[in-house]
Amino acid sequence: MTSPLLELNHVSRTFMVKKQQIKAVDDVSFSLGTGEVLCLVGESGCGKTTTGKIIAGLLSPSSGKIFFKGNDISTLSKDQHNAYRLGVQMIHQDPYASLNPTQTIFEILATPLRYHKLVKTDKECRDRVLSLLELVDLTPPDDFVEKYPHQLSGGQRQRVSIARSLTVNPSFLVADEAVSMVDVSIRISLLRTLSHLKDELGLSVLFITHDLALAKYFAWDGRIGVMYLGRMVELSPAPFLVDHPQHPYTQVLLSAIPEADPDITRKKQSLQLRSMDVPSLLRLPSGCSFHPRCPRFAGQLCQEQIPSLTSFYDGSAVACHLVMDDRKKDVIKA
Amino acid sequence: MDAISTIFKEIWKTLRLIAMNKMGLLGFIMIIFFILMSFVGPYVVAPDLQAHVKEINQGPSVKHPLGTDFQGKDNLVQIVHGGRDILTIAFLAGLMTTFIAVLVGSFSAFFGGMVDTVLMEITNFWITIPKFPILVIVASTAKLTNLWLLALLLAMLSWGGFARQVRSQILSLKKREYVEAAQLLNLGPLHIIFREMLPNMMPFIATSLIFAMTSAIYSQTSLVFLGLVPFSGSNWGIMLSSAFAKGALYQKDAIWSVIAPVGAIALFQLSLVWFSRSLEEVFNPRLRSGV
Amino acid sequence: MMLAQQETNLPPTISIKNLSIDYKAKRGQVQAVRNISFEVDRGEAMALIGESGSGKTTIGLGVVGLLPPTAKIRQGEIIYRRAADGKIVDEIDVLKLNPQQIRQFRWKECAMVFQGALNAFNPVLRISDQFADTASAHNALRGMALKERATEILHMVRLDADRVWRSYPHELSGGMRQRVLIALSLLLEPQLIIMDEPTTALDVLTQRNIMDVLKDLRKNLNFSLIFISHDLSLAAELADKVSTVYAGKIVELGDVYTVFRNPYHPYTIGLIHAVPTLAGRKEDLTSIPGSPPDLINMPTGCKFHPRCPLADDQCKTQEPDLEEIGKGHRVACWKWQTARETLKRFKAS
Repeated sequence: MTSPLLELNHVSRTFMVKKQQIKAVDDVSFSLGTGEVLCLVGESGCGKTTTGKIIAGLLSPSSGKIFFKGNDISTLSKDQHNAYRLGVQMIHQDPYASLNPTQTIFEILATPLRYHKLVKTDKECRDRVLSLLELVDLTPPDDFVEKYPHQLSGGQRQRVSIARSLTVNPSFLVADEAVSMVDVSIRISLLRTLSHLKDELGLSVLFITHDLALAKYFAWDGRIGVMYLGRMVELSPAPFLVDHPQHPYTQVLLSAIPEADPDITRKKQSLQLRSMDVPSLLRLPSGCSFHPRCPRFAGQLCQEQIPSLTSFYDGSAVACHLVMDDRKKDVIKA
Repeated sequence: MDAISTIFKEIWKTLRLIAMNKMGLLGFIMIIFFILMSFVGPYVVAPDLQAHVKEINQGPSVKHPLGTDFQGKDNLVQIVHGGRDILTIAFLAGLMTTFIAVLVGSFSAFFGGMVDTVLMEITNFWITIPKFPILVIVASTAKLTNLWLLALLLAMLSWGGFARQVRSQILSLKKREYVEAAQLLNLGPLHIIFREMLPNMMPFIATSLIFAMTSAIYSQTSLVFLGLVPFSGSNWGIMLSSAFAKGALYQKDAIWSVIAPVGAIALFQLSLVWFSRSLEEVFNPRLRSGV
Repeated sequence: MMLAQQETNLPPTISIKNLSIDYKAKRGQVQAVRNISFEVDRGEAMALIGESGSGKTTIGLGVVGLLPPTAKIRQGEIIYRRAADGKIVDEIDVLKLNPQQIRQFRWKECAMVFQGALNAFNPVLRISDQFADTASAHNALRGMALKERATEILHMVRLDADRVWRSYPHELSGGMRQRVLIALSLLLEPQLIIMDEPTTALDVLTQRNIMDVLKDLRKNLNFSLIFISHDLSLAAELADKVSTVYAGKIVELGDVYTVFRNPYHPYTIGLIHAVPTLAGRKEDLTSIPGSPPDLINMPTGCKFHPRCPLADDQCKTQEPDLEEIGKGHRVACWKWQTARETLKRFKAS
């Protein structure tokens, strides 16, 4: 059996804030094969961005292991580690902050090419820059090379960001809210470009977003993972998760989202939470951390025991005592 | 040919950007005036080497627009001949101060951890020791006849505060997403500091340079005034020192020998400060590329 | 109920006519709002939807007289009518008010709730002081009467009034602050409220809570509402009427069901198809080509023509005006009659 491209094995990350420990990511495990898509969804503070930064190597996990191409990244040699660093690239959220304002588009794209000696001559460098721009649908590329970031629209800048991440031929992209600051009318075309690149270059993509509808669309053939207070609570194939949510948190979340259609959205019944207060990461509730707000709260078990993410035969995985109880027969035994 | 025309285009663009701020333009013109006066002026205006006993301590007149000194020498002529060293040392000292500050500040902030702790403790120590007395001691024991050496000494004394400012700027730039992206692309610390971060700090660095220059002028004229730097040739500090030494404080007539060098120093400082207001525009890529 | 019946016969709370607003920028004039006219009836909610830079926020700022100094109102009028006991008691042209009068008008007649609730509060004052400041600036309630009224409206926005009353802004969560701000806007019982992106940057569950609060308030209090958002789903859920704003101009206006079910302007059609929905299929989504226009160097003719697959020579040279195409449904497009069909065929090919 070939190993997946990337595997997270019980990864946790704590931060010290005012001498108190905060668990930003708590015991998260998943793996992603070549060309696969995973959307991480959740509200602010759920740990999705921290997870992305851990994968990109910007943060190191406090505990747990990460395997890239089958190798534990904490034991890599210098060369291997270099290859891992370049192999995982990230696309940031803010198109206005992610490009250096003092450099032209050409300089932004040529720098990594030259630095890593991926091109030999100036001619080759220019050709590669032009073809990268074409790859991200900035055509004709000659119109863009000499421009500065501030001369481009938000969507165009985000495309330059994508092109920059592709300069080093990565195999894995982490896109952190990559379209949320881009105008509504051009989000879809940006996502299409990203999807297209994924297929063409065989990239694996971790797409981080707070928008479940967007996640369903982007991860249509992939999976969605829902995070709550640092833990993965549900991880299922994308359309399935949206159409048949199992974890009470996912259900609440989906019922709360307004739809851009007055006929649908006004008939929607939103599930009521037991409490509107979001628990502080400093004082996480015992047991299942959703229990103080959970509409299906079932007493002692939920209060005392942390449910672990359990996989079912239909490809979904849920971390909830009640769902586990309902679907005992479908559980895949490890 | 092409390269030359691009250079001219860039210069023209820079001038236009400078002109966007009226005070900045005024400062710029005054600086050019001072540079021309100090470096070209001496070749045009003959030095006034002889004492003129009949014209001692005169006020302004057509013959002597800024009056004369205790020897009857023309003040304006002395101003023209006394600017070169002051300007040169100010510029050299400013450059060296900024260089040290940028190096220490950026390395400290970028690498963090032990590097940061050690560099910052040195900086803090350096800031707290009283520097002018040290300058006085060094100047009185060593022979500071070399411009470069004096500039270096002035720079050594004033980099501390600037280094801390550079550090805080780099710390905030470090959190920018494009710097994070450069780290992900493994572009190496030197590239990230010098190519990604510093170009975005240019207005700040240029302003620091100017303020380092102004403080160098003060220290330098103070040293000359106190007689701690050998009197060689003529400069504005020496003029001021002589005026005091020859009793300008007690003689009303000698006031012009004080006003002339003080005025020259003050005006030059003012032109630097005014010019610094244009720097924001000059280094703004948005304005530079002329949207 | 009687009251509401009577009030529907009254003229609109606000009528905006031919409003144009420019900004002065280094590069030239920004035409932020171009010849906009619309009305909001008593108790009605109008949503202005558009992308960043479409001019929708400028319209709101213009109504409450909070435009920055670089802005200039080139033309137009904003007529506000106060109703009491079933008849109009006052009619004001907001643009003719002097600074003193506009301060009185703001908050008492028309309140604005901005996005980013933290900046709207003075961080060193308790919520109680913020309420007292607002009240005293308008010589309104004080002492016990103020506290009673505040408690009442804080309850209406589903907050624990006693706890919030003593808190500092930073002690409250983002959603709570936004609700306090909404309560504060209701303090002096204005007849018009403007909300600029009231739920942007809030989490889904918090956003849901605020939307429910707003629905409650609209049911219980009879104020007119203009809300400004880039989020179509918010408009779909809360508004009675929708206006699509593009390049400083309203390009389509109508009843919310009509606009969402039968949009006629290619931009509205495009926008609706560009937003993924939970129930939607992947194939339903299309994006609008090109980028939003540069407001200084605007295209000629219809400002949407560079992004519009239907554009022909007329669209490139002449700008269409809003035209009534059905009851209360207005569209500014030369091709409105065939737009939807053509776009469908265009997508299929």
